[in-house]
Amino acid sequence: MPQSWKPVLGILSPLFTFGFFACSVYLSGCSGAKTEGPTELLNASYDPTRELWGELNAAFIPQYEKQTGTKLEIKQSHAGSGAQARAILDGLQADVATLSLWSDTNALYKKGKLIKENWTEQLPNRSLPYTSTVLFVVRKGNPKGIKDWSDLAKPGIEIITPSPKTSGNGKLSFLAAWGSVTLKGGTEDQAKEFVTTIYQQTPVLDTGARGATTTFSKKKIGDVHLTMESEAYLEVEESKGDLEIVFPSISILHEPHITVVDDVVERKKTRAPAEAYLKFLYTEEGQEIIAKHHFRPTDPKIYAKHKSEFHDLKLFPITDLVQGWDEAQAKFFDDGGVFDQVYQSVSEKQPAK
Amino acid sequence: MSVNNRRILPGFGISLSFSVAYLMVLVLVPLMICVWKASTLSINEFWLTVSSRQARSAYWVSVSTSFAAALVDVCIGTLVAWVLVRYEFPGKKIMDSLVDLPFALPTAVAGLVYSSLYAHNGWLGQFLFPLGIDTSYNTLSMILVLSFIGLPFVVRALQPVLESFDSDVEEAAASLGANRAQIFTRVILPGLMPAIWTGFALTFARGLGEYGSIVFVANMKPFQTEIAPFLIVKQLEQFNYDKAAAIAVVMLFLSFSLLVIINYLEWRSRAHAR
Repeated sequence: MPQSWKPVLGILSPLFTFGFFACSVYLSGCSGAKTEGPTELLNASYDPTRELWGELNAAFIPQYEKQTGTKLEIKQSHAGSGAQARAILDGLQADVATLSLWSDTNALYKKGKLIKENWTEQLPNRSLPYTSTVLFVVRKGNPKGIKDWSDLAKPGIEIITPSPKTSGNGKLSFLAAWGSVTLKGGTEDQAKEFVTTIYQQTPVLDTGARGATTTFSKKKIGDVHLTMESEAYLEVEESKGDLEIVFPSISILHEPHITVVDDVVERKKTRAPAEAYLKFLYTEEGQEIIAKHHFRPTDPKIYAKHKSEFHDLKLFPITDLVQGWDEAQAKFFDDGGVFDQVYQSVSEKQPAK
Repeated sequence: MSVNNRRILPGFGISLSFSVAYLMVLVLVPLMICVWKASTLSINEFWLTVSSRQARSAYWVSVSTSFAAALVDVCIGTLVAWVLVRYEFPGKKIMDSLVDLPFALPTAVAGLVYSSLYAHNGWLGQFLFPLGIDTSYNTLSMILVLSFIGLPFVVRALQPVLESFDSDVEEAAASLGANRAQIFTRVILPGLMPAIWTGFALTFARGLGEYGSIVFVANMKPFQTEIAPFLIVKQLEQFNYDKAAAIAVVMLFLSFSLLVIINYLEWRSRAHAR
């Protein structure tokens, strides 16, 4: 090779490298768009709904094919609710988002305009096909006699709950504990004192709901586990008699809104199946599957049928505590909020190991 | 002196520019974006984010546990490398491959295994706990899992150096009247020091960035076992990409300056050994 070529090659080779990168990115984009065969839907959901969606999908797919002749393939993706919201914002091509917290789904509008501002009005019943709540799981025979929220603050009770900073379940448990004080005539200061005691008596603050379940049921740490109703049933079932559920007198109404991700379905041209998919949840069949997995169906007729299973517990919406999730996030969970203050005082009372 | 022309093998220009290009794409650009993202904060906000009491305690937890784990690994790793190089015994090949296992194992798996082994009702924890050794959800459990993850770095850094040592030198020292301790501290150790520093630096840096295994063995309570990477996750959960990047930049700066210091020490001990 002639000497004079060398600098030219030297300059060109990085360009080749970038070109190669660009080509491969472009090609992988093409192959993604050109799929033939069944229409693919991706459902981005939070952790405890894995089994629920598995059964809903199995029921919906053949029904949709019979009605429209379109073959469907539905993929599920499960992770923490906040992590899923970030994944969709960062480009996860999810046709529907069925997340745990309103604030996570709303971030799709607020941070990325991927859905409409009035997204909760796009589906029946404020886009809520089912609700849930936070219950207690205790050891067999309830040896510590835990019956209600106030029992959690007794000395010597160890509570397992994930961190409200990173877990939707953690946030709901925190709010449920808070509401159990303020909605029974207590002041905010009393509520703060109550949650401070609870977190002082929390030996492990797992990052997610499933981690907390492992800590409680497998490693046998703690006396009571605050968890979602459907998760509580799964946990008790799996323990084969070692654990049992306690229904407190009051708890929070968990509202996991669902939505079609407009930006994605426009691009993938999957609006029709995605909407049909979510509407299926409101049918009698969908609602029955929901009830079977211990989520609370929002159809009053189906709920009435299963009323005894749900103990007709008094549930309060988040709006009984604050105006909504945005305020809850700012007041309780953001940097310097109530939860951070609680930990400041926990760490002062109990020096680090 | 002209660099290009005196090489036996051609291709300096091409290979250098490819290296630079890949480093740009894979390392420099992501880091620059991280710094750029953090720079969207005002100076005041940046400072408040990275200097809060919680953040300071998290840096301390990260740095101190990684440091302790690196120390443990240097001691155990040197011993393992020594055994693997100097002695012949059945099962040596297997032991040699075992050393690499922490490289191949997903760290989350390591975290899970350690946390269930050392929990109060775990296989090992049930014997340790009555002795007053608490190995679950505290600093000790973090050091344990970090030293598991870091061990191969030390062993693999030391092995080639030990192999290159001639036992003649030790014999000469012995015949000149040096006792065993003197042979080790005056003859072997100085030659090993640069490799030990390398292993220490790699283990330390690995520990600073570790997240996957720590979430299983630490209780993640603020001011106790909360590590800096977890603070980043917390900020991401609040959709505060800029604040997450701010903490990342501080960690980057911390690791970088630590690596510079350690590289300097390595260079000095290398010069000293010559």
